[in-house]
Amino acid sequence: MHFDDLVNGFPNLTTTGLTQGAIYALIALGYTLVYGVLRLINFAHSEVFMFGTFGAMWTWGWLGFGSTSGRPGLGTAIMLIALGLVVAAVVSGATAVVVELVAYRPLRRRNAPPLAFLITAIGASFVLMELMGAATGRIQFGMPPLLPSNPVINVGGWRITPLQLATFVVALVVMFALDTFVQKTRFGRGIRAVAQDANTAALMGVNKGKVIALVFLLGGLLAGVAAVFHNMKTGNTRFNVGFLIGLKAFAAAVLGGIGNLRGALVGGLLLGLVESYGSALFGSNWTNVIAFVVLVVLLMFRPTGLLGESLGRARA
Amino acid sequence: MLLELDNVTLHYGRIQALHGISLHVDEGEVVALIGANGAGKSTTMRAISGLRPVSGGRIRFAGADITNLRADLRTVRGICQSPEGRGIFPGMTVRENLDMGAYSRRDTAEIAKDLERVLTLFPRLRERIRQPGGTLSGGEQQMLAVGRALMSRPKLLLLDEPSMGLAPMLIQQIFSIITEINEQGTTVLVVEQNAQQALSRAHRAYVMETGHIVKEGPGRALLTDPAVKEAYLGVA
Repeated sequence: MHFDDLVNGFPNLTTTGLTQGAIYALIALGYTLVYGVLRLINFAHSEVFMFGTFGAMWTWGWLGFGSTSGRPGLGTAIMLIALGLVVAAVVSGATAVVVELVAYRPLRRRNAPPLAFLITAIGASFVLMELMGAATGRIQFGMPPLLPSNPVINVGGWRITPLQLATFVVALVVMFALDTFVQKTRFGRGIRAVAQDANTAALMGVNKGKVIALVFLLGGLLAGVAAVFHNMKTGNTRFNVGFLIGLKAFAAAVLGGIGNLRGALVGGLLLGLVESYGSALFGSNWTNVIAFVVLVVLLMFRPTGLLGESLGRARA
Repeated sequence: MLLELDNVTLHYGRIQALHGISLHVDEGEVVALIGANGAGKSTTMRAISGLRPVSGGRIRFAGADITNLRADLRTVRGICQSPEGRGIFPGMTVRENLDMGAYSRRDTAEIAKDLERVLTLFPRLRERIRQPGGTLSGGEQQMLAVGRALMSRPKLLLLDEPSMGLAPMLIQQIFSIITEINEQGTTVLVVEQNAQQALSRAHRAYVMETGHIVKEGPGRALLTDPAVKEAYLGVA
């Protein structure tokens, strides 16, 4: 136990934790959106994220920015990031919708039991992962350096890098936009209606199939955003990059209360912080152990997660 | 003929719930469907609204065959059901629930008019407009369910047990409003266990028993029919 590391490093550990937590939260929203509407854990979501990391990397490479490039100017870097975000969001969004149409929709049409969906989800995850593995030779790819690493804020040893700032700000903006969409728009109301009572929603004229495709799309878009920041943070990607991070994002969704959008944010940030503090305290080898121990302990006391289940449902 | 069911059968798994139901509702009518628990009244409603696929027979609405049409598309065509158990979205406010009724409409100005009309019919809903639907009392939820269905401006309003769980005074009130809605031009098909109320308000009625229609006639005539009296009105 290294309490002094935790105490001395506390501000920077917090920053690191919140940044990683924001990435978890973005991915967690994909699990939570789909679960809220279908009561289905979409295990293929980790691959939706993975496809996004490749989408952004290939875009950058196609424009001449690879792992061996020099660091571009700030303007160019911002352009590249923006472009990467758009491409990754589109790639991930499309992947998610294809998974829904090819893997899940045919099962729904046949009224398959929940276990069939679960097995299909795991199968779809392996198929996508191995497809990418086969296509890329199962090797790891490096990312071009984009943002400068010198901190934008440096107060008495508390440092925030441009990447950390960008990750956190973009993640919050995107999540705020999603929340507004779900709470305020007609389609958002449709999503909440199907989540709360699918039959009655149909009686109101809501096309359930469209709503389901929409939640897969939204989850995919968010995973694409997460993928870009993950690329820049770790500096690399490979075909199985989604497995662990997907599992953790799923844990974050459960932690916050799966089916609950704000819960995904809270769960993601909390998981990021716990990992960050935990790795300082016990050493980074223990990061994953700590994260899941905290998850299990928390669920013992709050089985439905911190904010409770269900999409947009106010607990009466 | 606005709605016509022609020899409709329906199964839940291996159990047959409807044994060849034929009925019709004309434009401008209030038609009641009465019968004991488990007679198949709600199942008939689900067949009409499209929540359960039928296993045989045809359903026609406004001249078109809708037997195999998806439930949400039937709503777009003008059938709206206030479901059994009310189906209020608990996490949505009263206003959002009402907005859900108008989900398939785009005529904003007309929607605003209908909202005003519904809030005038049910002043309690106006008082509770920002409250989550899940926090309303049973009577208020019933009003919300009927009001929400009206927001779709249906050609045919399907009401499944609108009096369920309500105090006698509220039952009176709900049925008065049904009459009022009908007089404003909406055709109504109502399923009820409260046969007294339903028969005295309906132009015509059907009596169901174990998945069959066993009697049909003007509401008032059935009210005085000895067999109906004995079976459903609690008088010998």
